[in-house]
Amino acid sequence: MPVDQSLVGREFAPTSPYRVSAEKVRELASATGSVDDRVPATFPIVMAFEAMNAFLADVGVELHRIVHGEQRFAYERPIVVGDELTATLSVASLRQIGGNDIIGTRSEIRDASGDLVCTTTATLVHRGDV
Amino acid sequence: MNPGDSLETQTYAVRRADLVRYAGASGDFNPIHWSDRVARAVGLPGVIAHGMFTMALAARAVATWTGGAEVVELGCKFTNPVVVPDDDTGVDVQVSGTVKGVEDGLVTIALEVTCEGQKVLGVPKAVVRA
Repeated sequence: MPVDQSLVGREFAPTSPYRVSAEKVRELASATGSVDDRVPATFPIVMAFEAMNAFLADVGVELHRIVHGEQRFAYERPIVVGDELTATLSVASLRQIGGNDIIGTRSEIRDASGDLVCTTTATLVHRGDV
Repeated sequence: MNPGDSLETQTYAVRRADLVRYAGASGDFNPIHWSDRVARAVGLPGVIAHGMFTMALAARAVATWTGGAEVVELGCKFTNPVVVPDDDTGVDVQVSGTVKGVEDGLVTIALEVTCEGQKVLGVPKAVVRA
């Protein structure tokens, strides 16, 4: 079932605050083969993914029908251990191509002071019935 | 780093176990990354790597080349899936890079990420602080 066009422009509630721990940084870094404890550049996906899951549940889309089309991260400052971050997702665009929904999302990652740390945009391809 | 510099190709093996580990570390439990049955049901050839896992490998190469420079921007499209066979060797992902520009203390690196000779990421790019 196609996703409703009225979603465009809608902003969802911020995710619960996520505390960046040294352990979590190490876990994600080692899962992607990094040899040290640097915060991986893709780290905000952990919060952005949580925001996306909440969004998909809200609009009634099953995760296994989603294929990732595009992802971008634009940093205002590096993430450091001790940060407390939230992701606020909004729907930027929506198109239907060949039975698939192409959903453009934008998530703002903010710290405990409300300052923008990173903006991450994702294109999600919602595959229709096959 | 100077414009035109080629950066040494990095080769990373991706096995099913890496995907399971990444799923746990990132929170992305989409079954298309661990269940052939679900992957095929949505029209994929089999289990595919998380796009974000492949992107993290690209970021890992950037960190290797730059000695862990601060990433200001990172982006790509996911143009072809990395199909990961259910065996002990998995599949290799290769990441190469070219320095495109150095300006205002920022280095732009154009990446090329391939699997079995095919590009898997579209226009992958990183901008790091010099």
